[in-house]
Amino acid sequence: MDNYVLVVKEDCATCRLVVPVINQLSGLFHLKIYSQDNPNFPLNEDVVDDSELKESWSLNIETVPTIIRYDGQSETGRTFGWDKEAWESLTGVSLATDFPDFRPGCGSRTVDPGMPEKLAVKFDRDKLQSRRIATAAEEDDIEACFDRDWSDGLPLVPPTELRVMRMLSGTNRDLREVIGAVPPDYGECTVEKIAVNAVMAGCKPEYLPVVISSVEAALQDEFCMHGLLATTYFSGPMILVNGPISRAIGMNSKGNALGQGNRANATIGRALQLVIRNVGGGKPGGVDRAVFGNPGKYSYCFAEDETNSCWESLAVEKGFSSDQSTVTLFAADGMQGIVDQKSREPDSLARSFAAGLRVASHPKMILAADAFLVVSPEHERVFRDAGWSKQQLKDRLGELLMIPGTELIAGAGGIAEGIPEKFADSTMPKFREGGLNIIRAGGSAGLFSAIIAGWGASGKMGSVPVTREILVSSQA
Amino acid sequence: MSNVLMDPTSELSSEHREPLPRPSSLEGLTVGLLDISKARGDVFIDRIEDLMVQRGISTRRYKKPTFTRIAPVELTQQIATECDVVVESLAD
Repeated sequence: MDNYVLVVKEDCATCRLVVPVINQLSGLFHLKIYSQDNPNFPLNEDVVDDSELKESWSLNIETVPTIIRYDGQSETGRTFGWDKEAWESLTGVSLATDFPDFRPGCGSRTVDPGMPEKLAVKFDRDKLQSRRIATAAEEDDIEACFDRDWSDGLPLVPPTELRVMRMLSGTNRDLREVIGAVPPDYGECTVEKIAVNAVMAGCKPEYLPVVISSVEAALQDEFCMHGLLATTYFSGPMILVNGPISRAIGMNSKGNALGQGNRANATIGRALQLVIRNVGGGKPGGVDRAVFGNPGKYSYCFAEDETNSCWESLAVEKGFSSDQSTVTLFAADGMQGIVDQKSREPDSLARSFAAGLRVASHPKMILAADAFLVVSPEHERVFRDAGWSKQQLKDRLGELLMIPGTELIAGAGGIAEGIPEKFADSTMPKFREGGLNIIRAGGSAGLFSAIIAGWGASGKMGSVPVTREILVSSQA
Repeated sequence: MSNVLMDPTSELSSEHREPLPRPSSLEGLTVGLLDISKARGDVFIDRIEDLMVQRGISTRRYKKPTFTRIAPVELTQQIATECDVVVESLAD
């Protein structure tokens, strides 16, 4: 035996329009009516007051009116708005009306701005697993976050249940899904824990998929996050974002891409660092033994400028399509600028790049750190005009960065640092195979490029850049 | 108004804030002795200082201008810079 549920609100003109239909149907079978506002609408009896929206929330109502058919406890169909044919099909009743056959419905109160997360806290708060910390009445919440040692040194957005629920609306992944174990404590990291830290970092919900993928990439064995955290070296995790999501969420790949002022760049990188700090327990003075660190350890995140580039993006080089969004994690030091305002020929500019890359870490240090060469649009134009592919530039840099052993050995140039004497007759490459990456970013005016050198331990003995696709889930 | 925050950590430690770890010994440390300017607090502090000096512990004396207000920032910064440990007397 079929039975029916109808959800309405008096504030909706379509709901008021269909009152005669409701009257007709309620005389034919059991129709349970929930009203989101006036409990006396549309009838004076048999209407359940749902102004608290409990039933509307649990029924996942997005539009009113919505009529749902059940066979016992099982839903067998629903339709929303006023569509005479659909209502007749659902109910099997020929409806007598003297108004148009179609009128769109109105938004359910459950989807009013700010309402979904409020209702999630009200009715689904038990889904959140994290321990609740009650602050004292006299405590300032931002100071409370500092006092509990959650902060990287800057103020955090206090992670209330409401904010965490709102953050979780940015993904439809299960909030209990375990993304991995975060070093050095190897604390279990769920989607929910990432959301809590993303709230504190200042992320918008739409950034959450990027943060989750960044954490996933950082926890791949080949990225070597534990060693990267513990090292005395300068490095920390850098996030490069490729693909449509970088533009959709307004990331900066242009002027000041490596600087301040863009919320997505600033907070996504910060969220990853906060996950390592809070879920992993990795803190300066603890397992983080960096001599200097670098300013990027607050946040180091930017997008590649893929628009009108003459080169394929890093993600495409790694085998992804330009329609896919990815994060690439790199164990990165700070940034070293290269200024060349006179080269108009590609070989001349390649020589400038090579001279800058040669000194990464130390002019005698080879096969140690990887590097990212970030080429600005004005420098890229020199290669575009000459028809140089990215691979051509890489090949040329590879040739230019073959260094005679006599320049590299200990004692050469009066510098005790260097490789063993026995390599004096060899010629050695600066970078390991595949260790030099080239991307395009930066402002449109300025004949500058940037070198981001990496951790001295690269490759299998250390960290390898890791690229992961960002799973951008459709909204539930 | 108190608020409820969600723990961002892996919850391996107590939710209560731990006091700073106490030193197992005062040997080699400088102990600050803070008189909050309450009546007879100095008597207590004097006796503590006697006992510490007898044990060869290095001490420094400080005094709040008045017990009715929290210590001036300059004073707390001076103590933090000059001492490893501080003993504050609340005697009355």
